[in-house]
This record gives sequence, C-alpha cells and structure tokens, in this order.
Amino acid sequence: MTIRIAKRKATGGLLKAVEEKAEVNLSACYQCKKCSIGCPVADQTKSPPSEVIRRLQLGAGDELLQTELIWNCLSCETCYARCPNQINFPAVIDALKAIAIDKDQAAPQGNAPLFNRAFLNSVKMYGRSYELQTIALYKLGSGNLMQDLEKFPSMLIKGKMAVLPPTGADAGKVKKIFNKAAQRKGMGK
Amino acid sequence: MKYAYFPGCSAHSTARDMHDSCLAVTKALGIELQEIDGWTCCGASAAHQTDRELAVALASANLLLAQKMGLDMVVNCAACYNRSKVANAEVQHSPALRQSVADSLGQAYDGAVPVRHFVEVLVKDYGLARLRKQITHSFRGVKIAAYYGCYLVRPPDAAGFDDPENPSILESLIDVVGGTNVEWSGKVDCCGGMQNLTRTEITVRRSAAVIEMAQAAGAECIVVACPMCQTSLDLRQTDMATLLGKQYNMPVIYITQLLGLALGISPQALGIDKLVVSPATVLQAIKAG
Repeated sequence: MTIRIAKRKATGGLLKAVEEKAEVNLSACYQCKKCSIGCPVADQTKSPPSEVIRRLQLGAGDELLQTELIWNCLSCETCYARCPNQINFPAVIDALKAIAIDKDQAAPQGNAPLFNRAFLNSVKMYGRSYELQTIALYKLGSGNLMQDLEKFPSMLIKGKMAVLPPTGADAGKVKKIFNKAAQRKGMGK
Repeated sequence: MKYAYFPGCSAHSTARDMHDSCLAVTKALGIELQEIDGWTCCGASAAHQTDRELAVALASANLLLAQKMGLDMVVNCAACYNRSKVANAEVQHSPALRQSVADSLGQAYDGAVPVRHFVEVLVKDYGLARLRKQITHSFRGVKIAAYYGCYLVRPPDAAGFDDPENPSILESLIDVVGGTNVEWSGKVDCCGGMQNLTRTEITVRRSAAVIEMAQAAGAECIVVACPMCQTSLDLRQTDMATLLGKQYNMPVIYITQLLGLALGISPQALGIDKLVVSPATVLQAIKAG
C-alpha cells in the first residue's frame, strides 16, 4: 500500500511532539503490523496503528489529527502488548488526543473529550467520580438526551446508579493536583 | 491477612455488586481489607486520555496513602488496578514523571507500593487448597467462560498479573467451585467498554463478539473481574438485540459473586439481584456439598 503524506511543513510534523509527550521512540518500528492485526477497531479506521506510526515517521502534520483511530481507540493495549519493540502505541494515541484538543482539532464526532471533561469535572469537584452527574453533563453537551434513557429506572431501583454525590474523599488534595496540571499547561509544558 | 483496600468510584454506584460481593467473601474467609481513608479517584480512562502527568499524579495519591498504612494495596476494580499498576511503572521508569508527581502531591513517590488484584489475593495469598475447604456449594456441571478483558493483563510488564495472552487464574477459581471451564479464544479480547457512552455501537459490537465466542464454546455464563466488562457485556445485551437482532440471554457474573455463592452466602448479600440478565439458570444448578 502506498502512503501519501502532504509536503513536510516548516514545523517538521508531529513526530517530535508525540515522541516527547508519550516518551516513545517511533524509529524502533519496523512495520511488522502485529499492532494493526490485533487492533479490535482496525476495521473501523482508514489508518490502523502501524500506519499512524509510519505517517508520523514520514513527517505527517496536523492532518493526522483527523484520523478516526484517535477517537475510536479502546485503550485495550493489545498493540502495546504484542509489539516486538515495546512501542507504547496507546501512549501515542493519548498524545495525539491531547495535541488535537490543545489545537482545538478534536474530530467533532469524537465525543470522548466531552465525556472526559464531564468525568474529570466531577472528580475535581468531589474527589471521586459522580457517575450520574458525569452522564447528565455528557448528555447535555452531546445533545443526545434520549440515549440509554430506558435503562435508568431499573438501574436506580436496583441501586446500580448512586443518586447522591460521593462523600469521604480528600477533595482538597485532588483540587490541588488539578491546579498543578493547569499550571503546567499554562507554562506551555 | 490484612491489606489497604481501594474500592474505586464505581464500587458505590454501577459496580456496587462487585464491591458488596468482594466484602462478603472477605468476611467469610477472614481476609481483612482496611479501606484507605480519604481515597480519591484513580483518574480512570478520562485522565490518561487528557493529561498523562495528571493521570499518574491522581493514581499516585492513593498509593502514597497505602504506603503510609504500611500495607499492600488491594484493588477489586480492574480499571483502578490497571491505572495504579501503570502509575507505579511510569513513576519508576520516567524521572520526568516522578518529578511532576512530587510537584503535584507535595511529596515524593517512588512507585514501590505493591498493588494486588483481589483475585490474586484469593489465589496466591489465601491459596486454592485452603479455599477448597471452605466451599459448601458446587457449580458441578455448569459450563463457564472465564473472561479477563484488557485491564487485568495489559500492558503485560506493568500489570504482571498472569500470562497476557492465555491467563488461567480465574479458571483456577472456577475449578475450585466445581464449574467446568470452557476452552475459548476470546478471554483477553476487548469488550469495547471504553466507548460505552461515547461510541456505543463499537461497544455493542465488540461485546456481542465476545458473547458469541463464549456461546460457541458452550458457555452457560461468563465470569468477569472488571466492572467495565460486566457493564458492557450485561447491560448492552438489550442493545445487541436492537442493533444486531440477537438475543443472547447470557448471564455475566462477577467472580466474587460466583465464589460467594459457593461459600453459601445469600444471593442478596452478593448483589445478584443487580445483574441485568437473570442468572436464574446458573443459580438453579447450584448443588449443596
């Protein structure tokens, strides 16, 4: 298969940023494709894991942030477990996610950033995840209010969905951790 | 046998049955789990997808609390187990992350607190021979598929749980309760749980594929040790019917529920009523002695 890459931009592509963020060495990849063979969502993406690495090696730029794999990835880590060179590809995907969000280029159909924000907001607020609030905020943000609605009554009756927010966590400590993370971002790290 | 227990956020919500059955089993066996006071969220999948340093700091905060208790940390949620083990590995291997964790938490952490999954405690610390003596009820004749999913076994270096491609620790427990382990190749496949709310169709298709493999191997129920796997495989069966036109009726039970039943604990105390797909056929097959 031929991989076509847009002419290398003056910035030199995403390779360096990804390698630094994920602490990986992508030149170790020799395209054995074990990662792509084991990937449970390879059939739902035009660029499976080995191809994303190849594109990065060849100097791909921001256009790579549109690849479906970034937001279809299940973090199952099968690619990492089977890589003969121990390349942490899930960390590469996480790095691409973070870069896409920073550049405001997260694919619009990728609701994962919205869900992650809703989840982390409740953790920041209570020190623990408050599932009902996470789901409510996610639903409001995505506009898909009807999804899974039929499941809620029985989950509430069975006590499988806590109604009240979690208590007992050291929420102050968690706020500090989040503040430090925000400070690091502010310093451009 | 005393451990620092990290329940994880879902223990008080969607995985209450996992938590309740774990505590019921520890009570019956005399294993002491001391809940970590003031424990906080491990960051789960949302943090590592957002900010790697934030993710490692959130998980390390609890590991530091366990360190102060001077005990190994026991986790029953496979996702929290995974994040804690990965945090240990990352802190050990990356000086930059170690520095950032120290900066976030105001104290240094070296990644040295042992993290154990509750299943490891049962099999490796309590021991199968000792466990066998406590069994009062048997699942003789019930064909069971042991399902591990991702978080327990991957990434192999950090998890160090069992053979990453062909684990057998759950099977050893199923063997103790008298069940018949089916041979199948889906036990470390992904259930798609991470996209459960975001890209639901991926989850529904992945989980259906797992159930189909277990069914083809003759399994009458699937036994899990992860709340994300349990939710995807169990709760999504109605969506499999809608989307794929397949009605599986496959009970998906926590290993601690299975073990609890074999120890003679009441289904109520094990949260059996919280399962979506009724495990009535499995319960009917239990034999005393």
